[in-house]
Amino acid sequence: MAHIATFLLLLPLLGYVLVLLLGNTLKERAIGAVATGVVAISFILTVVTFVMLLHRSNREVTVHLFNWISVGSLHVPAALLVDPLSITMCLFVTGISALIHLYSTAYMHGERDYRKFFLYLNLFVFSMLVLVLANNLLMTFVGWEGVGVCSYWLVSFYFERDSAASAGKKAFLYNRVGDFGLLVAMFLLFHFTHTLNYLGIFHLAGTLSPTVATLTVLALLLAATGKSAQIPLFNWLPDAMEGPTPVSALIHAATMVTAGVYLLVRMSPVLTMSPDGRLTIAFIGAITAFVAATIATSQRDIKKVLAFSTVSQIGYMVLAVGVGAYSAAIFLMIAHAFYKALLFLGSGSVIHALNGEQDMGKMGGLAKYLPITFPAFLVGWLAISGIPPFAGFFAKGDVLTNAFEHNKLLWAIGVITAILTAYYMTRLFVLTFRGNERFHEIEGVHEPHESPWPMTVPLIVLSVLAIVGGVIDLPWAHGATLAHFLNPVFGFVPAVATASTGAQWGLALVDVAAAVIGLLAAFAIWRDTSENPRFESKFLEHVWYWDNFYDDIIGKPLTRAAQFSDDVVEPKIIDGAVSGVGVSIRDSAEGLRKIQSGFVRQYALAMVLGFAVIIVYLLARVH
Amino acid sequence: MIAVFTVAPAAWYLVLGALLFGIGAFGLLTRRSALIMFMCIELMLNAVNLTFVTFSRTLNDIAGQASVFFVMVVAAAEVTVGLGIVVAVFRRRSSTSVDEMNELKG
Repeated sequence: MAHIATFLLLLPLLGYVLVLLLGNTLKERAIGAVATGVVAISFILTVVTFVMLLHRSNREVTVHLFNWISVGSLHVPAALLVDPLSITMCLFVTGISALIHLYSTAYMHGERDYRKFFLYLNLFVFSMLVLVLANNLLMTFVGWEGVGVCSYWLVSFYFERDSAASAGKKAFLYNRVGDFGLLVAMFLLFHFTHTLNYLGIFHLAGTLSPTVATLTVLALLLAATGKSAQIPLFNWLPDAMEGPTPVSALIHAATMVTAGVYLLVRMSPVLTMSPDGRLTIAFIGAITAFVAATIATSQRDIKKVLAFSTVSQIGYMVLAVGVGAYSAAIFLMIAHAFYKALLFLGSGSVIHALNGEQDMGKMGGLAKYLPITFPAFLVGWLAISGIPPFAGFFAKGDVLTNAFEHNKLLWAIGVITAILTAYYMTRLFVLTFRGNERFHEIEGVHEPHESPWPMTVPLIVLSVLAIVGGVIDLPWAHGATLAHFLNPVFGFVPAVATASTGAQWGLALVDVAAAVIGLLAAFAIWRDTSENPRFESKFLEHVWYWDNFYDDIIGKPLTRAAQFSDDVVEPKIIDGAVSGVGVSIRDSAEGLRKIQSGFVRQYALAMVLGFAVIIVYLLARVH
Repeated sequence: MIAVFTVAPAAWYLVLGALLFGIGAFGLLTRRSALIMFMCIELMLNAVNLTFVTFSRTLNDIAGQASVFFVMVVAAAEVTVGLGIVVAVFRRRSSTSVDEMNELKG
């Protein structure tokens, strides 16, 4: 099993190296086949590892690769931790990556930087697997930075466009703030437990004082808010939609942005030590879910709606982590990966059909032109809205039930967000596929056409997963659920009190009611119109003026400080010091040059006199 | 020679060395020709050599004589380089007067 786990990690790297070295001789088709093939094989190996893990009694396998760092008391091996949590993450990461690689072979067809795209994509999958499989925080950090840099490259993939280049920089900078949190958490944990190894930290987590635990949890939360686009660092994700659509689906919806949630879930034994920290996490998640959902109701760009929807859904996951429902967070993460990847790939198919148009105001009536994308999108829409029996209903229901048990306020925010979710997704759906055909005004589009098979096959597979995905954690299938599989990993976590069956039915009914209300409201408002300023307030369209706020408190003062440096510090202080040194040396040299007369005999005289002085001195000393 | 050396007291040799050194130093300071200045330097070096050998004899210590060999080797090398420079300078300006070689002054 150790070898298989190593191979499943290294295969995407192998693909990267192959495409890198053979790239110039390979045709587009071959590059796509190699890049997709390695990830697909990696997925198959993950399934094999998963089955082998199921048949073991000890489901915590450490695979030692080599000694990486050994300095003083710091010993960091390069080792993998194969346990239920990491293998669950690997399953959906490699599975969805394989589908999106396949989709990209057609979506990116004819692009100038086709090879570069797949290089980045393979490197991303490798980094993500390092992040997930690492057995210590430092190696996770390497993967964490790896996915960050791949995200940066892919967001600014069309770097000739200014907006894409600056979106990449924005994503990178916001992530740096989060990385700072992860580093601080590592410093704290190493200082107090003298290890960065997960199992070692979990073993000693109980010895952390409440203050230290809370500080660590808050630092981890900062890391998670950066990577997973939560308040206060969520603004980068909508801008990241400048990247190609498969990238948005893979990195900025299904996998990388959930890394923050994974980190929090992974560190659950530390989280357990700090109820205050967990409450903070829960509220950050709930507030982010609500704020992002309100913003999503007023966006015109189809990908921006989905981006804010992603932020909102990850908010739910963070909320679940905060209330201690770790398996619910992972469940929602997987379900979300299915339906959000589906929605993004579907929107990619729509954008593809409309020659790159992303404004929903210019879509409409596409249902009959896209016979495969339309039903796939329909599934994604119903799944995210929370209509039973789609995956989203069970996953979101799981989170909300746990929130209800923990804190009624959090639950209320969650339910309101659920109404908003159904509303904005229905708005998107109606504006895109129903109503009158507004796409004729787009240049060059007469008859939108369905996408080729590599793009439709992933849509179909993901549709099926979004429909039946809920079965992995049905509330009434005791013993054979995701929660049952995962729970040993959270061994130090007190079990969340389970609601009675009646209460569960009641909560489920509330969820369905919330979804239906949102659905009907959106239908009523958007069925006949594509523009409705009353329901698209400027405040929401401009993201609560969040960017302007950051610009006012950080951007503008920094610009002023830079201007001050340019006007005063640079010419007066720095140039002053530099020229001061120059001038003083020139002036002293003016005096000293007179000694250099150029007469050799004068120099010889100086030497003789100096020699005489030395001799006199020596003689005087002897006597 | 050996007979003379044995009878003559060491002080005579030291005085001779000091005289030679003084003549060399005086010549170095007063003459303008680079060639003559070189000869003066050689004179000073050999004056020192003579002093070395004298002390080596009186103190019965071989180290002084060994030093002389080093001085001779270094002096030979120095003369080679120095004369090379003097020849090169002479070819350019048909003069070996050091007072005219003052372009590098500050």
